[in-house]
Amino acid sequence: MMANDTLLAVEGLTLEVARAGMQVVKGISFTVAPGELLGIVGESGSGKTMAARAAMRLEPPAVRRVGGSIRFEAHEITSMPPAELRRLRGARIGMVFQEPMTSLNPSMTVGRQLEEGLVLHRRDLSADARRRLVLDMLDRVGIAEPVAALSAYPHQFSGGMRQRIMLASVMLLRPALLIADEPTTALDAVIQREVLELMVDLTRDNGTAVLMISHDLSMVARYTDRVIVMQEGAIVEEGPTRDLLQHPRHPYTRKLLAAMPRRGPARDVNRASVPIVEVRDLVVQYSGRQGFLRRSAPKRALHGIRLHIDPGEVVALVGGSGSGKTTLGRAIAGMIQPSGGDILFSGRPIDGPRRGHWADYRLNCQMVFQDPYSSLDPRMKTGALVREALRLVPGMSGPERRARVAEVLDEVGLGGDFAERYPHELSGGQRQRVAIARAIVRRPAFVIADEPVSALDTTVRAQVLDLFAKLQQRHGFACLFISHDLGVVEQVADRVVVMQHGSIVEEGDRDAVFDAPRHAYTRQLLSAVPALEATPDGGVRLKWRFADEPLTIRETDRAEAERSARPRSELEAGLG
Amino acid sequence: MLRFAVTRILMAVPTLLIVAIAVFALIRLVPGDPASLMLGDLADATSLASLRHNLGLDRPLPVQFAIWFQNALSGDLGRSITSDQAVLPLVIERFWVSAKVVMAAVIFASLVAVPAGMIAAWRQNSALDVALVAVSTLLLSVPTFWLGLLLLLFFGLKLGWLPVVGYVSFSDDPWRALLYLIMPVMTLFLHEIGVLMRMARASALEVLRLDYITHARAKGLSESVVLWRHAFKNAFAPTWTLIGLMLGNLLGGIAVVETVFTIPGLGRLLVDSIFARDYPVIQGCMLFIAVIYVLVNLVVDLLYPMFDPRVTAE
Repeated sequence: MMANDTLLAVEGLTLEVARAGMQVVKGISFTVAPGELLGIVGESGSGKTMAARAAMRLEPPAVRRVGGSIRFEAHEITSMPPAELRRLRGARIGMVFQEPMTSLNPSMTVGRQLEEGLVLHRRDLSADARRRLVLDMLDRVGIAEPVAALSAYPHQFSGGMRQRIMLASVMLLRPALLIADEPTTALDAVIQREVLELMVDLTRDNGTAVLMISHDLSMVARYTDRVIVMQEGAIVEEGPTRDLLQHPRHPYTRKLLAAMPRRGPARDVNRASVPIVEVRDLVVQYSGRQGFLRRSAPKRALHGIRLHIDPGEVVALVGGSGSGKTTLGRAIAGMIQPSGGDILFSGRPIDGPRRGHWADYRLNCQMVFQDPYSSLDPRMKTGALVREALRLVPGMSGPERRARVAEVLDEVGLGGDFAERYPHELSGGQRQRVAIARAIVRRPAFVIADEPVSALDTTVRAQVLDLFAKLQQRHGFACLFISHDLGVVEQVADRVVVMQHGSIVEEGDRDAVFDAPRHAYTRQLLSAVPALEATPDGGVRLKWRFADEPLTIRETDRAEAERSARPRSELEAGLG
Repeated sequence: MLRFAVTRILMAVPTLLIVAIAVFALIRLVPGDPASLMLGDLADATSLASLRHNLGLDRPLPVQFAIWFQNALSGDLGRSITSDQAVLPLVIERFWVSAKVVMAAVIFASLVAVPAGMIAAWRQNSALDVALVAVSTLLLSVPTFWLGLLLLLFFGLKLGWLPVVGYVSFSDDPWRALLYLIMPVMTLFLHEIGVLMRMARASALEVLRLDYITHARAKGLSESVVLWRHAFKNAFAPTWTLIGLMLGNLLGGIAVVETVFTIPGLGRLLVDSIFARDYPVIQGCMLFIAVIYVLVNLVVDLLYPMFDPRVTAE
């Protein structure tokens, strides 16, 4: 029998992919107590999402439950008739999804979507009472104009706002358990913290238990009481969050903890008299949206940026969504035509594709993109992808090129027959290695890496970062490292440049910026990532910086709103 | 919304202008000139010259085009060489015949195929899904003329339930008119079902795997509410575009079906006038078909925001 202090009890749950007969969840057991915050941490393929969805019997049709029991408030979920199950869903167990762009119905107003659950589960309420509840909840989650929001459609809100609306929709019904599946993975660090804190507040007020699923151990550690670590469908370790982090017992937990980015000793960078890349008063503005007869006012994405990068130096460009960091990276790479200002390479202006110096710059400036799934041509083999970058290098013979490709693939750990494989035959980490190989095969003097590891799992991310640092040491290229993840930045950067609203708000050596930030926005960014302190047991102690500093929610809303106002093609290109 | 509409209407103008030029050029590419075509081989030089003058053929091409275009705008598309009827009323009369068949077939096909496609997607890989996909592929692969002939053989000759060939106008005898229309409509209906069901299934599959569908289920909504309230509208948008293209294509005449069932529709008129070298009618048909195509797609575009509110925002 279930103890009174257990809300959800999963026992021996086994799920398999029906057609392949492959087990994705292998006989796991865990419990959630009322009001408890429990985290499930694991990498892709660990089965964490499937396990959580099975708790509401929402696993995809291809996945079948082959064993185990799931009890919720003394009801057996696995054998419950559908009608009874539907009375439980929403009303007693709520669910928040990862992708704010697809978790709200695009063709239905926000008001109708919010009301829907109340209409279904709270028949005692009048239309007026429902409306009042919805408006109160929208106000509670920080939507500036709740009445206007009712008749708006989801696409009119930014990602962070949608996630708040999502939370509102679920918490309106005051469920006893909230399942949050990577609730903030798609958001940038500051907004992530805002949404999570809102979630914790709302659920605490209501006494709702939370089952939080994430690949991000530090995020889970910050908000949960207890944590479960999953690997390949099984639970490998479980315990109170702080204990587990400081005294991990299972090797996989240790590996996860060791993979968390941390600061190494500061490097000496030779300050050259001439920077390899210098940006002077760079302005980028997008022409306004073309209307029928007139154009709206142009939007300025960058307001006079000044920046320099010395040879062999790694400069990190950090900021939230809409801060302009990706725009700056693309402008420096020559992919966006600036509206004003100069970009100098080795002291000479590059000034547009027709000038002579441009070719030299193009040979020496390479880029690594965020998404390894869309940045490699799926119809080209690895070898050809890397070789293509050598096409315009003058004076290189065919055999030399082939030798160089083999050498570079070897360097990134993809020797042997990897050259003959297509991107779909590679894992995410391997693809990103190919992207790195492609960028460095010309031996460039300067590499722009735009969120190169943010699409990767924790342990893979650590390996790729490690590789990147080694290559950078060996070949000595300078790097502009664009990231919203300050943890990663702390590990790789020599110098840090912080951007907000298209301007640089702070700049300095890594240790100075991380230890003594001057700007409030920098402190906000830092408050989202922990400083790690190793424990003797191979674990970590997390220290949260500036955690008591208040979040200025409205300000980041505006940044997001500006982002949504950008031209669509830019958005689709993955800016931000 | 209004601005979106005005922009779309203005965007149709260049398209129609290009069509007009092409149609005008067509008759000038024919060996000889329209005057001798109209009067036949036996015409004498004076009447030829006077007709040329009347048609404006003795003037420079741009002037000729201006005259022709002005006439076309005022609804004067000339007269048929073979029957001497005015072209525009003839084209419109024939268009209504085709339109009745096409509209009925496409509306019925949408009503059947869209729900069927959604249900197939909802139960993906089930026996029902496999069966529906098989049927739609089969219907898609059968040529309409053959399907029409099969129906004729079965319902017309073997069972004798329906009249075999011909056409009766609704104003003459509504009941018999209906009987005559059943088989042509069914032929077209069966063919278009195949196309629409595949599309509806594909877009429903796309939508059903999105988070907001799981979210709707997680709210405790029943499967029918999830499907109709949350999936249907979003999955229907791409199919709606396809229906528009389909209507635009079919309203231009369904020559094959019209020939099989000997219906006096626009497609038959075009084919017959090509055989008869009745150039004014060919021109009139083509211009009319182009206008209909543009108009149908305009209406489809204007209605699109009903299914996807994101469209007006752009």
